[in-house]
Amino acid sequence: MAASAAVRSAVSLTQRFVRVSPDCSICPLYRLNACTGATDGFTAPSRRLRTSIGVWQSGDSSSPEEEERVVNVVYIDRCGQRIPVQARAGENALHLAHKHGVDLEGACEASLACSTCHVYVSSEHYEKLPEPEEREDDMLDMAPMLQENSRLGCQIVLTPELDGMELTLPKVTRNFYVDGHVPKPH
Amino acid sequence: MVFLEALMLIFSSVSVGYKQTHHFQCFTKSQITHCLFISLHHFQARQDAAVDVYERLPVPFGLVRFGVAPDHPEVKNVINTFTQTAQHERCSFHGNVNVGKDVTIDELRQAYHAVVLSYGAEGNRSMGISGEDLPGVFSAKDFVGWYNGLPSNKELRPDLSCETAVILGQGNVALDVARILLAPVEMLKETDITQNALEALAGSKVRRVLIVGRRGPLQIACTIKELREMVNLPNTRADMLPADFEGIAEALKDLPRPRKRLTELMMKAAKEGGDDKAEKCWGFRFFRSPVEVIAGADGKRATGIRLALNKLEGSGESARAEVTGQLEDVDCGLIISSIGYKSIPIDPAVPFDPRRAIVPNEMGRVQDTAGLYCSGWVKRGPTGVIATTMNDSFDTARVLIQDMEAGKLDLSVNKPGAQAITALLQTRGVRTVLFSHWEKINAEEEKRGKFLGKPREKLLDVDEMLKIAWS
Repeated sequence: MAASAAVRSAVSLTQRFVRVSPDCSICPLYRLNACTGATDGFTAPSRRLRTSIGVWQSGDSSSPEEEERVVNVVYIDRCGQRIPVQARAGENALHLAHKHGVDLEGACEASLACSTCHVYVSSEHYEKLPEPEEREDDMLDMAPMLQENSRLGCQIVLTPELDGMELTLPKVTRNFYVDGHVPKPH
Repeated sequence: MVFLEALMLIFSSVSVGYKQTHHFQCFTKSQITHCLFISLHHFQARQDAAVDVYERLPVPFGLVRFGVAPDHPEVKNVINTFTQTAQHERCSFHGNVNVGKDVTIDELRQAYHAVVLSYGAEGNRSMGISGEDLPGVFSAKDFVGWYNGLPSNKELRPDLSCETAVILGQGNVALDVARILLAPVEMLKETDITQNALEALAGSKVRRVLIVGRRGPLQIACTIKELREMVNLPNTRADMLPADFEGIAEALKDLPRPRKRLTELMMKAAKEGGDDKAEKCWGFRFFRSPVEVIAGADGKRATGIRLALNKLEGSGESARAEVTGQLEDVDCGLIISSIGYKSIPIDPAVPFDPRRAIVPNEMGRVQDTAGLYCSGWVKRGPTGVIATTMNDSFDTARVLIQDMEAGKLDLSVNKPGAQAITALLQTRGVRTVLFSHWEKINAEEEKRGKFLGKPREKLLDVDEMLKIAWS
């Protein structure tokens, strides 16, 4: 079908870019996947589509070694919708979110120069993450609604012991002020 | 396979010029970055929306290009996201259009279903003191514009032959200026700093930078990343006054995490100082407000600044500086005022609040003006990092979509959009720069930069930009 061929080539183009800049906004799959607050169930069809075309790195692992390296993660988006995904050990949580159409920004493209990929980590998994480096803490300080279990998504690397981790996207409201510290005036 | 059919419909609808396309125009002078975030949100939410972005300069990206410091290239990565949005079929960029002069807001409102103002804050707050206009005194806005290649600042030619520079203000912009003044040239020469600024800084005699604030260490407006960069600057040491830090250690335990970490780092820098052999130094000076720029004997240029000493009433964010009557003179030949930007009114048809210097609005809907919205600094005031303004742009987009869906905008009427505006501009002798034209400017800048070992060498002259754009 012409359309699926177009989609395949469009997405493969995206895949080439994915390593450099994990931005899926030009991809029609991502666009139709975008959460606008409506429960329009786009997430489900896209997973079916993805598997049938085999576009993304396939979650259908067949060998036992590969099965061991699968890490189950649940994103909870800003509307409270739960999005369970399967990752491979070694993937990072920002890239993973983009792959699955989760609405997590990554303006600086994982270079520790912004705080737009801020997530809350489920407490039992938060303890298992390695300590953030100073530069991550510096960026987290600028994130609105910082909590004890806050981390930057681009710095979370998935490992088998993080299986079942839940990453919640902060509900960013109009009030962006970090408690007590506001970089105003600039 | 319903999904794939839906996909096909979208592709085909774009190619045949889907009749019911709703045109939105996002107007910006130099905050296109902001507009592009709004656009992105739109495209994801509404398949029938088209967005046109108008920009006064031939080049896009606003402060990401002209405000972010040259040695912060990672912060500029967001340009990749913007580029992808601008290249979307339903988005088009129109540079070289001065809204308010080449075309009015009313004319735009006639051509579009909705207009969004996101033109930022191109003015600066003045200190309001005598001597402010003397040679040697600059606004941080102009100084940053100079090293970042803003065409209107290319002739700035700041005199860097003095030993001491004083910066008023302690936000991230102030720290950027301090860092650029003291950074080793080896570090700067591989960035996209303009060549003429690089050469001026290579010959600079400035060795000491004081960063002055009205209030105390707990009210400082900069963030920890920028402070850490100052502390780690090679061949420099920190030079602060212990008296400024009285009582701060005791207050630490009650501070929220970001403020606590920032204050701890500041105190560490104040205590440790750094390498005594360092040739350059920098320091904060607290509880001081500028009252007069002191001119030299010939009265022709700044040779110092008179500061009033303050005391603090209250605590935390709302602490106020009160005068004590004491004064202090500091010798310096370069004074940079970094006390905030200010939006200016763009068109008499748009309401403007001169006291707050913003467009009066309710959640981004411009007061008393249907179909007109505002976003970013012109809506909320000129503070915040990219993430703040990005989130604000998403808010504005949501409000706009809400209004579309609630029938507050009359979408039944077809609007001509850019077709009409481009034709109108043509009759006025104004030709627009499209995104593909900007890509030629971009390629030329990268080419010139490569020759110099830099990511790009920015074009400084608008006429030259236009020549290359339309070549």
